[in-house]
Amino acid sequence: MTERSVAFTLNGEQREAKIDPRMHLGDFLRHSLGLTGTHIGCEHGVCGACTVIVDGAPVRSCLMLAVQVDGCRVETVESLGKPGELSPLQQAFAANHGLQCGFCTPGMLMTLEAFLRTTPAPTEQDVRAAISGNICRCTGYQGIVQSALDTAKANQK
Amino acid sequence: MSGRFFGAAVTRVEDARLLTGKGHYVDDIELAGMLHAAFVRASFAHGRIRSIDKSDALAMPGVVAIYTMDDFADIAQGPMPPMAQHPLLKTPITYHPLSDTEVRHVGEAIAIVLADSRANAEDAAAAVMLDVEYLPAVSDVVLAHEANSPTTHSQHASNIAATMTAGFGDCDKVFAKADHVLTEQFDIHRGGCHAMECRGVVANIDLLTDALTISTSSQSPYMVRRHLAAYLERDENDVRVMTPDVGGGFGPKANVYAEEFAVALSAIKIRRPVKWIEDRQEHFVATTQQRGQVWSLDVAFDNDGRMRAIRGHCIHDNGAYAPYGLILPATAIASFPGPYALEALDLTIDVVLTNLVPTSPVRGACRPNVAFLLERLADRIARHLSMDRQEVRRRSFVKAEQMPYITGLKTRDGSPISYDSGDYTGALNLVLDKIAAKDFEARRNEAKRRGKLRGLGIASCVEDTGLGPFEGASIRVTPAGKVIVATGASSQGQGHRTAFAQIAADALGVELEDVTVETADSAKFPLGISTIASRIAVTAGSSVQLAADKVRAKAITFASHQLEVGAHDLELEGGAVQVKGVPEMKIKLSEIARALAGTTGVPLPGNMEPDLAATAYFNSNALTFAYGANACEVEIDPETGDVRVVRYVVVHDCGKLINPLIVDGQIRGGVVHGIGNALFERMIYDEQGQPLTTTYGDYLLPMASEMPPIEIHHMETPSPRNPIGVKGAGEGGTIPAAACVISAVEDALGPNGPFIPVHPISPHQIVTWLKGKTAASG
Repeated sequence: MTERSVAFTLNGEQREAKIDPRMHLGDFLRHSLGLTGTHIGCEHGVCGACTVIVDGAPVRSCLMLAVQVDGCRVETVESLGKPGELSPLQQAFAANHGLQCGFCTPGMLMTLEAFLRTTPAPTEQDVRAAISGNICRCTGYQGIVQSALDTAKANQK
Repeated sequence: MSGRFFGAAVTRVEDARLLTGKGHYVDDIELAGMLHAAFVRASFAHGRIRSIDKSDALAMPGVVAIYTMDDFADIAQGPMPPMAQHPLLKTPITYHPLSDTEVRHVGEAIAIVLADSRANAEDAAAAVMLDVEYLPAVSDVVLAHEANSPTTHSQHASNIAATMTAGFGDCDKVFAKADHVLTEQFDIHRGGCHAMECRGVVANIDLLTDALTISTSSQSPYMVRRHLAAYLERDENDVRVMTPDVGGGFGPKANVYAEEFAVALSAIKIRRPVKWIEDRQEHFVATTQQRGQVWSLDVAFDNDGRMRAIRGHCIHDNGAYAPYGLILPATAIASFPGPYALEALDLTIDVVLTNLVPTSPVRGACRPNVAFLLERLADRIARHLSMDRQEVRRRSFVKAEQMPYITGLKTRDGSPISYDSGDYTGALNLVLDKIAAKDFEARRNEAKRRGKLRGLGIASCVEDTGLGPFEGASIRVTPAGKVIVATGASSQGQGHRTAFAQIAADALGVELEDVTVETADSAKFPLGISTIASRIAVTAGSSVQLAADKVRAKAITFASHQLEVGAHDLELEGGAVQVKGVPEMKIKLSEIARALAGTTGVPLPGNMEPDLAATAYFNSNALTFAYGANACEVEIDPETGDVRVVRYVVVHDCGKLINPLIVDGQIRGGVVHGIGNALFERMIYDEQGQPLTTTYGDYLLPMASEMPPIEIHHMETPSPRNPIGVKGAGEGGTIPAAACVISAVEDALGPNGPFIPVHPISPHQIVTWLKGKTAASG
């Protein structure tokens, strides 16, 4: 397989890489770049665990080929807060018990991060619809929904 | 217990790491020289392998080796040891690490391919050629139960692996004297589990010492070690097993899997690290599933609605193997009679093998099945007598004043099952009050005006928790004054690190951030059992308390010597032992730890044992019984058959709450799991045992858009059976949930609608029922 060169922005930094054309973006981020925060849950685009933001839109990194990010802006969970300085959305997740095993969490965060940028004042139903492509088997979703609502409310103050 | 942390809804210490993408799961492990494994799996449900041709596959890019069972003959051979022996299973029905010759379900692993990348391993796995003699398969458990059925194992005369019976009282006598008897058939669907992280294993061999290290996404890492060491005829000390972060368990990850053995055997053979990460399609065909049971039950009851006796028969779908012995049917039996005080019970379960992936516990382990049966019967009796459903339950419940209540059944060790404490009527009354059941008809009428059918469902349950034998913990205060807790209890997202830190921090008078909890690494703690059956808060939680109490006593003894103060005048506060009420007279835990670490030639005071540390095990000799009452409301669109759960209220009693935030999260997740079982999750096989639902496009899991907010109220009846008064909470959400939802659906369909003895139910089924009703009433 001939590798192809791509140039893109990853979490604000300019990156260049040679990529096997059949590799999907999730594997590329995790195994080529070591950004293991993005998780692979189903590899057929339904569970949403691998969601990252590409050019502002939430994208399933298991359904996008890595070579397609050429010229794009890619954001992963590593672009949000750090353990000592969580982002407002991450803080809300901790406060509302919006995560248990943590496996779907990065995908949930990136989906909601993109959503809240375009929908700053959502209703509960809006939030539930926004994450209707992200499966969580642990929490029953309630803490996640509340986290998004709390973050939106805090942003408006 | 009273303290600053025990009982408080503190946020989890796990979260900062997991929220920032710094969790460390099995697939995040990278080792130098590591190979990636892919399995060649059966695409047929039953057959005999005549030969395997690896030649094309071995020539493919990056492929290093392809092993079948024969290739492991010099290391180990034969079937894997069973996880739980049962006298009724004379011969264990377990897998070989790779199939020997006969394959008994789609997805069974036949060969393992090792390559330099996962993609190359998967490519090569597809190129391994099998010559197979196909054998007749059976995928329907009722057909498999029949005498002339094809057999799942060609050498077996029948698919009935065991017949279990249990009961108490004189059923014939009670049935003869009861006012009424009803008979119902129930069909509870198999379903999968689907933790969001698939399974994964990394095995590594130390080239100098030959020691084996395994990281596995397991709920039972110590079982993996024990069984693997026995299989390899190695000392357990030469096999280190640990779990990194695990992305959900819910039961299936409690098994010791053939893949764990095959990956370990491959690493030993190739003498390089080997990683296998299951993909979701493999998860559908190779990770154990549950629930599949067909029941016929007779219930005897009186005019006043009191349930008096139940007798019946179950055909239990065990799949192609019984790696976990008879744990599921045994749990089903032990889950009777639920919250009801029966005079007699008589049950028979035929454990039947089918050419499907094996069944093993999934969140509740047959307790949801039994809750479904009992609660459906309660509703059925109410309908038969034209009584209120609540009233049947109230009259049939075990009463609070009967506690402790001996059910009449026996535990696995033969001791009587006895409910420790609780108020089942109180729980039902509270949940009906919270959901405002008395105003329900107004809401039903309002929905009717919108063209919707609204129904109210209720369901109660009892859950045995805190299963023995034990878990343990060691606690050490470091010379820096930090507290390290190590336990064998593995974690898959339950917040163990926080809960155990809360217990230890209170006992030792330190801050939560001063406590570090290490879980499930055999190099850090020697023994552990499993994170299953809602047992860890009771077993490991209690052991943390006991170990912390020992450390506390040691610190006080030391301080008593140093400060020349009686032990009873000392307390632990702010990371120090101080004279009660005199904080300036104190000695820090860090100083005690340093002193007890020893200085050359300086004796320890009072001839104390070195090290400010202790280990304790809590033997759980008697189960603790959590319980709950649920109520929910559904709305049905009669045109589409769509069922929406619009309100869900839980009353739950798991004794003392260590952390209400975590308990509520466990319950909410469990309820949603049960709603999925009731309305969505359907694992379909064709007659030849081919699974037809192997993607999330076909197999529907509950999504946020369909789930209601879930309101939770706690009752706190401390368990007298452990030092911290807790009961388990991990499965209490799931156990009554499907029963509650189906009860509401039946109520919505109205008095002319059908009795519903199955789940999941589909929109199509609802519409059919509604049409039937229209036809009948028209």
